[in-house]
Amino acid sequence: MTTDPESPSGSDPVLVGSDLQLSFGRTPALRGAGMSVHAGEMVAVMGSSGSGKSTLLHCLAGILTPSSGSVLHHGREITTMPDQQRSALRRDEFGFVFQFGQLVPELTVAENVALPLRLSGHRHADGRRRSALWMDKLGVSDVADHRPGEISGGQGQRAAVARALVADPEVVFADEPTGALDSIAGEQVMALLDETARESGTAVVLVTHESRVAAYADREVLIRDGAVRQQESVR
Amino acid sequence: MDNDPLRAWRISKPLNASRGDYVLGVYLECIVLGMTIGHTLLGLLEGGPRHGYDLKRAYDERFGQHRSLPYGQVYSTLSRLLRDGLVDVDGVESGEGPERKRYSITEAGVRTLEEWLSTPEKPVANLHSTLFTKVVLAVASGRDAGEVLDAQRQAHLERMRELTRSKREAGTTDLLVHDFSLFHLEADLRWLELAVTRLDQLTKEIR
Ligand SMILES: Nc1ncnc2c1ncn2[C@@H]1O[C@H](COP(=O)(O)OP(=O)(O)O)[C@@H](O)[C@H]1O
Ligand SMILES: [Mg+2]
Repeated sequence: MTTDPESPSGSDPVLVGSDLQLSFGRTPALRGAGMSVHAGEMVAVMGSSGSGKSTLLHCLAGILTPSSGSVLHHGREITTMPDQQRSALRRDEFGFVFQFGQLVPELTVAENVALPLRLSGHRHADGRRRSALWMDKLGVSDVADHRPGEISGGQGQRAAVARALVADPEVVFADEPTGALDSIAGEQVMALLDETARESGTAVVLVTHESRVAAYADREVLIRDGAVRQQESVR
Repeated sequence: MDNDPLRAWRISKPLNASRGDYVLGVYLECIVLGMTIGHTLLGLLEGGPRHGYDLKRAYDERFGQHRSLPYGQVYSTLSRLLRDGLVDVDGVESGEGPERKRYSITEAGVRTLEEWLSTPEKPVANLHSTLFTKVVLAVASGRDAGEVLDAQRQAHLERMRELTRSKREAGTTDLLVHDFSLFHLEADLRWLELAVTRLDQLTKEIR
């Protein structure tokens, strides 16, 4: 175990957040939290509700800007980056899975999965082929033409995982990806996220308060009151 | 502690998910309970020397909700601790019988207690009474009970990660066995988390 956020494995980290502070009005959400993410690893961020897990994830992903502290992506500071550059980073290098409400309701599952490829300007045919492949991996091919309102919660989350991975990102941020599912559907989502992310060498930052979900990760970062209480070394 | 079978086992046998491990774990629980009483008596003696009957009373008052301690076990445990140099006889009142002796903890006894408190338990089922005892003793002696809980939390989660890794390759039978363990360890972890949030309250109550 180490408390050093620039933790120990040989490789240079993909992301390093340190000394992050952020308040919502008078509510402090982060008080000096920090963690690193290494290439291809799955790291679980745990902590009770309101401890600052989602806020930390949003800062690392460049969605929120901390009031102080630093987030380095391969050594490059992203908190001071121009917005446009930062959204390009999110689009090209990051994928996202949230608890719910993330699939665009007007689009079919196939169109949802293909969305990141469309946004980054892939050719239509290429996008179709790649999203078909990912729908197949996540077991949602048979609902490809359904809209999100017509599929189960587990299918929706698996489609979201397919969408998060389809553009071959460096890091997937998953915030309570099983939070709205029963334990069987949650287990399926996690087993598939685990398998596919590892296969494609994508790092995963997995926010969860469930230890069975966190056990899919290689290590754990434990947050209490906006600060990191425990960070385990990379094995 | 040299004669701690759990410790010897920890060193000689790395964790893995085999069934032999499971059986051994269940078997060890029986021994561990016995070991816990020795450590608990050491914890009670750390506050100052006590007679055997006094120790039993203190034990039952603080930990007796899950098991009241028979006198016989107090004295057999004390004589084992005495043999191992972890306690001393501090004085003997006039009269016959072991209940006249007053026991005090030795330096080796304090070291043994420290080591036990700071070493997480091997994550097996039914640890509640041992963990409960450790937390109460840590709080009562002014040690950091949060550290005890966090160390245990890490040991539990590490075991859960091992089981989850084994699941990747497992057939249905093993999958069911592993999931059984995972659900139980999860329940322990939830208790550990809850206990952390109640440490302040607990401290007020028992100090
Ligand atoms: N958009 C927001 N506006 C106001 N307060 C917020 C907002 N987001 C989070 N918070 C507060 O910040 C703290 C941390 O929240 P969050 O990071 O969502 O915790 P977690 O994900 O661990 O449940 C909480 O007290 C929460 O109420
Ligand atoms: Mg959250």
